[in-house]
Amino acid sequence: MTVPVSITVNGQRYDREVEPRLLLVHFLREVVGSTGTKVGCDTSQCGACTVLMDGVSLKSCTALAVQADGAEVTTIEGLADGDALHPLQDAFWEKHGLQCGFCTPGMIMASHELLRVTPDPSDAQIRHGLEGNMCRCTGYQNIVRAVRQAAGTTAGQP
Amino acid sequence: MSTRIFGSGIRRREDPRLITGSATYTDDLTLPRMVHAAMLRSPHAHARITAIDTSKAAAAPGVIAVYTHADTEGGLQPAPCAWLLPDSDLKIASYHCLAKDVVRFAGDIVAVVVAESRYQAEDALELIDVGYEPLPAVTDPEAAAAEGAPKLHDEIDGNQAFHWKVAGGDVDAAFAGADVVVKDRIVQQRLIPNAMEPRAALASFVGATGELTVWNTTQNPHIVRFLTSLVLGLSEDKIRVIAPEVGGGFGSKIAAYPADFLTMFCSRKLNRPVKWTETRSENYQSTTHGRDHVQHVELAAKNDGTVLGLRCTVHAGMGAYLSTAAPGIPTILHGLMLSGVYTLPAVHEDVYGVYTNGVPVEAYRGAGRPEATFMLERMMDVLAARLDMDPADVRRKNMIPKFDDGHEVVTTLKYDSGDYPGALDKVLSHADYAGLRAKQKAGPANGTYTGLGLATYVEICGLGPSQVAGAIGFQGGLWESAIVRFHPSGKVHVFIGASPHGQGEETTFAQIVGSELGVDPQDVKVFHGDTDNTPMGWGTYGSRTTAVGGAALALTARKIRDKAKVIAAHLLEAAVEDMDYEDGKFFVKGAPDQSKTIGDIALMANVAWNMPEGVEAGLEASTFYDPPNFTFPFGAHLAVVEVDAETGAVALKRYVALDDCGPQINPVIVEGQVHGGVVQGVGQALWEEAVYDEGGQLVTGSMLDYALPRADLLPDIEVLSTVTPSPHHPLGVKGIGEAGTIASTAAVYNAVMDALRPLGVTSVRMPLTPERVWQAIQDARQAKG
Ligand code: FES
Ligand code: FES
Repeated sequence: MTVPVSITVNGQRYDREVEPRLLLVHFLREVVGSTGTKVGCDTSQCGACTVLMDGVSLKSCTALAVQADGAEVTTIEGLADGDALHPLQDAFWEKHGLQCGFCTPGMIMASHELLRVTPDPSDAQIRHGLEGNMCRCTGYQNIVRAVRQAAGTTAGQP
Repeated sequence: MSTRIFGSGIRRREDPRLITGSATYTDDLTLPRMVHAAMLRSPHAHARITAIDTSKAAAAPGVIAVYTHADTEGGLQPAPCAWLLPDSDLKIASYHCLAKDVVRFAGDIVAVVVAESRYQAEDALELIDVGYEPLPAVTDPEAAAAEGAPKLHDEIDGNQAFHWKVAGGDVDAAFAGADVVVKDRIVQQRLIPNAMEPRAALASFVGATGELTVWNTTQNPHIVRFLTSLVLGLSEDKIRVIAPEVGGGFGSKIAAYPADFLTMFCSRKLNRPVKWTETRSENYQSTTHGRDHVQHVELAAKNDGTVLGLRCTVHAGMGAYLSTAAPGIPTILHGLMLSGVYTLPAVHEDVYGVYTNGVPVEAYRGAGRPEATFMLERMMDVLAARLDMDPADVRRKNMIPKFDDGHEVVTTLKYDSGDYPGALDKVLSHADYAGLRAKQKAGPANGTYTGLGLATYVEICGLGPSQVAGAIGFQGGLWESAIVRFHPSGKVHVFIGASPHGQGEETTFAQIVGSELGVDPQDVKVFHGDTDNTPMGWGTYGSRTTAVGGAALALTARKIRDKAKVIAAHLLEAAVEDMDYEDGKFFVKGAPDQSKTIGDIALMANVAWNMPEGVEAGLEASTFYDPPNFTFPFGAHLAVVEVDAETGAVALKRYVALDDCGPQINPVIVEGQVHGGVVQGVGQALWEEAVYDEGGQLVTGSMLDYALPRADLLPDIEVLSTVTPSPHHPLGVKGIGEAGTIASTAAVYNAVMDALRPLGVTSVRMPLTPERVWQAIQDARQAKG
């Protein structure tokens, strides 16, 4: 059995027939082919799959594709403005906020949410805000620096 | 050498693709006609398989094939162990890719399903009927070695995989003549590496050509190719292994795994591409774990703190089978490092490698050295407490004095260079150690006890001379390779045999070429991870990529410079001896305006219109660099903790890390390696443990139960360095990937024990969870009465 969904991903609408059990993250990766969003766990702990749904962050392994019917989803691929990096992307690059890069798409999207809610966060607020995103490489310190650098720019704006 | 490029914290070359979601990891790949594999794993830690019925699964929607052990007979050899430790009575049990008759850990693969979609493959797993006759299981290494323990492999007595020894000096005399002997039993708990990218393989066999291409989450594609040729019986030239973007490894992507070989086997059988990606739970129950030592340690000393000898017995849990490099980790990389930074006259260690009903244990960040450093650094603190000396003083008293060209220790290793007292002093003064101690003396505030923990260390990196590799049973070489190719435009392609996966060598290696040849690092592209278009190399682990591969690259760049100089001399009509070089420019001595840039030479060498006689066209060179010795980075770390005596909660308040990895090619990248490394070691001290229950079930089976370090639990790390070049490395560099992890577990543990000392607590099993710390405080109070 399949059901129709209409999901807009990074500005492009996808009308597809999907299995009701299909996870949103698999819709993005396998149906849309937008593989920037990662899967790092099966218990909703790691945050690698974080995207924005209608501007608000969501772990896309916790939602079914059918639940995103009619929604606008932004993934890491949709964050830059053409060739111009989003301030968060630029800050992660500048501050060495990534090593293997696997957590990075989710980390950047979660940071986007953090700055949306708390535009000028303290280090402690950044650390607290990112507690749901795991990174095994960086020890988080340069991620905190990156988010701090991006704060005060337009990073949190939709 | 241009200092502008070498030593500059430039942005990483690899990041643009990573921050935009454009990078391609193995699971991101899709091929035409690709199908999906899923593995049926044993739910039992130890059981006899009495029957397998795959008929329902085979008939399920989308299912293409189901295979069990019988189907692989003749087509798939067991996964090999490639470190054949000599003089150790090594006994290797066959690690069948699909379990044959008996399963030996919860996670052992029993069957593989291939289906049109991943969901269908996973659904079909549930339709396979397996009859199991459960057998008794054992997961603790000491218990597994004891009399009467459940036996894992019929042909192997006492579950003993090996018994390895290291001995130097007269340890009996040291203990006989000691004023004081301190002892401890240390449990280096089992850890799960948790690279954020789960493991995956995509295999594409083309029957018409007999060629197999494999995309694999590996740290060492050339080794995977070599082992695949053995396991699948294909010759190496027919196999291409590609490590695309790899999302961290930390040792867990060194091994060549049964699931990877099975994916290749399925592709070969079906003549179409097959992809397999593990789930995180599957990763926990099948991708290699780390550590798992039980150590009995004794340290002999004089009353003035002079250390006389170290004696220890280690039971190292190896899991149910020996993983690819496993036997070398608790032995060569552990036992040989037992002298640490100290003048230790005598050492004796027995290491028993023990089969247990757990996931195979492999290298995990630090691989053997954290287990050695912890042992030694813990005993230094125990000794200091016994003698009522300051831990810093005990260390300083025993440290090897500064040396810059070789120092042989009792385990026969020859350290390259070091200034251990200098490192310690710099940390102490940066942190105001005396001030911290004075504050601590004032006593606890509101039931909160402060503790200071030191760990000094030296580690072995840059593995290593291939002759030594042979002597210690490593089934391969340990050299590295590099090719440097100039295009007519002056832009450069570099091809290396190593396979970085997050460490940043696409940047630091571009900086090496940049500094040696005056090229903008932005114009240098580094290729790695593809056995068809890179020279052979042994991989990225043991902090060896820069220490060995970086040397290969520097020497290659110098070959290019030599050739370019000859061409420049010819074009300037000067004698080669009269030529000078600086920052990418070749000029006649004393006449800097008569010059050619490296770009001019690259163009001429590529068009070859006017070359010196006997000089070949092209500007390209290669080097296979076999290091003359290992490198020995070192450092000193200090942790400051607060322990709440009412709750047992530990808070890490400050962390100072000084690491000396020689000259730093890119200090920002070095600092990043230290941050990540330190946090992994802190994780071991405070939070992380893979727990098996009595029956051999992994209790910490998902990220819900396994406590990874989180951003909100950590302070900023204060990163310091000193620079002591390696005398034998062309760039003096030593390696930094594992340093942080090697020191930080001991530093944090020592800090917590220092805090608990007034309460009478002397030993707590890691990780130091609030519950354990609280219990230890209660026990100590009761003992005091
Ligand atoms: S994959 Fe969604 S939280 Fe881990
Ligand atoms: S950069 Fe590798 S997990 Fe975060």
